[in-house]
Amino acid sequence: MMIPNESINRIDLLQGTLDMLILRTLLFGPAHGHQIAKHIQRTTEDVLQVEHGSLYPALHRLERKGWVTANWETPKGGKRECKFYRLTAAGKKRLVAEESKWRRLVMSIGRVMERAEEG
Amino acid sequence: MLWWQRIRSAWPGPRWQSREVDLARELQTHLESEAEEQREAGASPREARLAAQRALGNTTLIKEDVRVTWGFQWLEMLFQDLRYTFRTLNRDRGFTVVAVLILALGIGANVAVFSVVNTILLRPLPFENAQQLVWIAPQIGAKCGFSCETYSADAYQEFRAQNRSFQDVTGYFAFSSEDNYRLTGRGEPVPATGIYVTRNFFQVLGVSPSLGRLFLPEDARKGSHPVALLANAYWKRQFAADPGIVGRTVDLNGQAVTVVGVLPPNFDFGAVFSPGEKVDLFTPYILDDWRNDGNDLTLIGRLKPGFNLPQAQADTNLVMPQLYFNTKFPNSKGFYKATLTPLKQYVTGRLHSSLLLLWCAVGLILLIVCVNLANLLFGRAAARSKEFAMRIALGAGRMRLIRQLLTESLVLAGAGAALGLGIAYAITVYLAHQGSIALPLLSTVRVGGPALAWTLLLTVAAAVFFGLLPGFSISGVNLQEALKDAGQGMSEGRKHDRTRSALVVSEVALASLLLIGAGLLLRSFLRVLDVNLGFQPSRAATIKVDYNDSGSTAKRIVIFQQILTHIEAIPGVEAAGMVDYLPLGRNRNWGGVRVKGRLYRPGEAPSPLVYVVTPGFFRAMGMRLFAGRDFSWEDGPTNRKVVIINQSLARALQTKGNVIGQTVIAGGGEDTVVGVVSDVHETSIEGASGWQIYYPATQAYPAGAELVIRSKMPPDSLAGSVMRTLRQLNPNQPAAAFEPIQQIVDHAVSPRRFFMLLVTSFAGFGLLLASLGIYGVISYSVTRRTHEIGIRMALGATPGEVQLNVIARTLSLTLAGIAVGLVLSFAVTRLITSLLFGVSPADPVTFAVTVIVLALVALMAGYLPARRASRIDPMSALRAN
Repeated sequence: MMIPNESINRIDLLQGTLDMLILRTLLFGPAHGHQIAKHIQRTTEDVLQVEHGSLYPALHRLERKGWVTANWETPKGGKRECKFYRLTAAGKKRLVAEESKWRRLVMSIGRVMERAEEG
Repeated sequence: MLWWQRIRSAWPGPRWQSREVDLARELQTHLESEAEEQREAGASPREARLAAQRALGNTTLIKEDVRVTWGFQWLEMLFQDLRYTFRTLNRDRGFTVVAVLILALGIGANVAVFSVVNTILLRPLPFENAQQLVWIAPQIGAKCGFSCETYSADAYQEFRAQNRSFQDVTGYFAFSSEDNYRLTGRGEPVPATGIYVTRNFFQVLGVSPSLGRLFLPEDARKGSHPVALLANAYWKRQFAADPGIVGRTVDLNGQAVTVVGVLPPNFDFGAVFSPGEKVDLFTPYILDDWRNDGNDLTLIGRLKPGFNLPQAQADTNLVMPQLYFNTKFPNSKGFYKATLTPLKQYVTGRLHSSLLLLWCAVGLILLIVCVNLANLLFGRAAARSKEFAMRIALGAGRMRLIRQLLTESLVLAGAGAALGLGIAYAITVYLAHQGSIALPLLSTVRVGGPALAWTLLLTVAAAVFFGLLPGFSISGVNLQEALKDAGQGMSEGRKHDRTRSALVVSEVALASLLLIGAGLLLRSFLRVLDVNLGFQPSRAATIKVDYNDSGSTAKRIVIFQQILTHIEAIPGVEAAGMVDYLPLGRNRNWGGVRVKGRLYRPGEAPSPLVYVVTPGFFRAMGMRLFAGRDFSWEDGPTNRKVVIINQSLARALQTKGNVIGQTVIAGGGEDTVVGVVSDVHETSIEGASGWQIYYPATQAYPAGAELVIRSKMPPDSLAGSVMRTLRQLNPNQPAAAFEPIQQIVDHAVSPRRFFMLLVTSFAGFGLLLASLGIYGVISYSVTRRTHEIGIRMALGATPGEVQLNVIARTLSLTLAGIAVGLVLSFAVTRLITSLLFGVSPADPVTFAVTVIVLALVALMAGYLPARRASRIDPMSALRAN
């Protein structure tokens, strides 16, 4: 069971990175909102806690932009029908662009920090 | 998506609802998945559900955030806000009705006044390229009348030929009196008003006919067949809009005149050149017929493109001294001058400050309306603070609440504007049909495009103004405080009270400013009515008499004497007489009057207005004869020539000894002064009266005959018998109007009455609004303090003390407002000094009465809540909270 006082170790998501994380998650296959949240949480070992509140507006925004599509489906072996999001071709392109932007950002920040250490 | 697809997708239709359902379901499955996971981790079903809800957070807020991503959110929120607004307004019907009515009156008054201001001041005259049109006349000398504003036929012709700055110059005959034509041939004779215009008149103004043609050069040749153009309204009224009228012949004054055309409906000569009069037809001014008549043409010029007013003025200054009064007389050269005025300024210039005042007054009204509504909305917002707190707690953003309030004010303002537009429309239609108000262009006032734009602007401005004020105070609502039952905390309430008090104080201040302005105008108007006109308008009436003397004085004397004898025989008639020009109408001047044997420098001799009258006229008019005698029928054409002068002229002649019996030279002949009569206000009631000279109709040639009758009973009752008598004597007598002299006076004061009445009614409205504001605030504070008053009464305060307390608060608010208003008024009323008559802008009576009236009204407004406060039952008041 999750306990909220772990928040010291948690990192707030950078503005705009949530979209990238969602797209990245969907690269492995279609998923519904809860799965996406859990996936991000699990892969970052609970460091990145996705605010469920901000997840849904983000999903709807991506859908509106045409980067994901959504359909109501019942997963194999599942009990209830869920709204599954699927990456589109445009979404894949977008992910590539976001990723390279992200790498550039990390590299640049890294350089600054390394310099600072050296100095 | 295209924009219209977006709008459609935002429309709250089935699509919309399915999306809402979809979102709710999605969040529900999320909660279920999360809860399942929690259960698997070992939580009880109840715990699992709660934990899932905690993890997800505020579902309503998430939904709101998601909706934002759907796009065109404002539209959806607008629909929501509108739905909600209609619901709340419907619930609070009393408030809605009051608010919409107040706004409608405010906006209606504003749009109506704007329409008037726009028509008279802002819009160009209804002529083609009207900015090129120029009024050509010497600066008006107060004592000279129309004859000094006009030019002779010769001067006109030469000026037209010699100037270099005008495309063309035109003019009209300035001395036509009302009903100067008699139309016969279709039942009984009907009077009509016609004006002689030079034949290029309509071409210069840029007016094209609806039917037929304008005047041609050959129409204005001496001896040519007489022709006429009909005004559109006259054509419709008299000839039933018969399109076959063009080319037909009508009988005017016993002459066969061919109608050559009909003028367009938007051309209204009276509205521009002689406010409050209707002109029915136009005939060409034949220069050759008028060469020996003297100054009788008013000139209007159209500037050449590229010429401005100073250039044209310089050109005119060169040409004017070269003009002859009459080319037959070489020594008649060099008397003319001219100052050019843009035609627009000539027509409406003197109304400028009155209209601005009216505009300011009506603007003040709108301001008061807004303050009042802000106040009302404040009160409502305070009462609704719990509702708002609840909505904030449920996830509404504060901006969203402000927007909700703005929507409410916009809906109110929109409804008010719609109703106000209706009111404005009714007012303008009413004004346009007030023929008796002598304001130029008033008959052409309409609620037009600019007025509609103005309404829109006013509405939005008003809505923003009175929507935002309470809006910001709400956004500071303290959630917990407001939600608790005793939520109306004292500090919050006090702040609220202060704002509302400030609003009321400013309302009272604005209202007192309006009241003082209206009071000053009202007192000026009463002063104007008190002016000694030099004649008695009450119980006197006048009618235009038709006669045909074939130019023979002997014949005219017989006709006039016969008419007057018969009229005086009618029971109830006290006196009767005739004059050719009535006071406060048209007038003329025959040049200087000199005392015989005295030398004068040119222009030194006083030049009075000339009237040709019959014996009995002075008595009929109620004028006082100060010295000498009235004319008599014995002053025949072959006897000694006599004149009667007014007191001003008697003084101006500066005779040594008695002016009676003096011989004066006027025009060329010698006349003996036989009487001195009272000064008559002949051109305006407010201006000083000038020099006047009276000639007997038995010796001089009158320009027409206005029969004046003084009666013992209301003059209207005589109308029938007078007309019967006139018809008996002359079957051709047209059915002219039998007009009380008082009506002529009313006509002259009508512009002042118009402005006074409007400003006064605005002030009354302002007073009503201020009292409403006071009532609202006091009443609200009593409600809010019910608990406190209950405690006070339980502790021994008497109902009287409680009542006094409330009234004292009312008075202190009002007095603060009055004090601010008085200071404002002292500063502002000086600006309207030029509009006042016989009253100082700091008139103590007006100021004192305003203070008393406001204080009394405030007392009344405060009394009702005070009485309610004194009837509070301490027990129930204390239990209620």
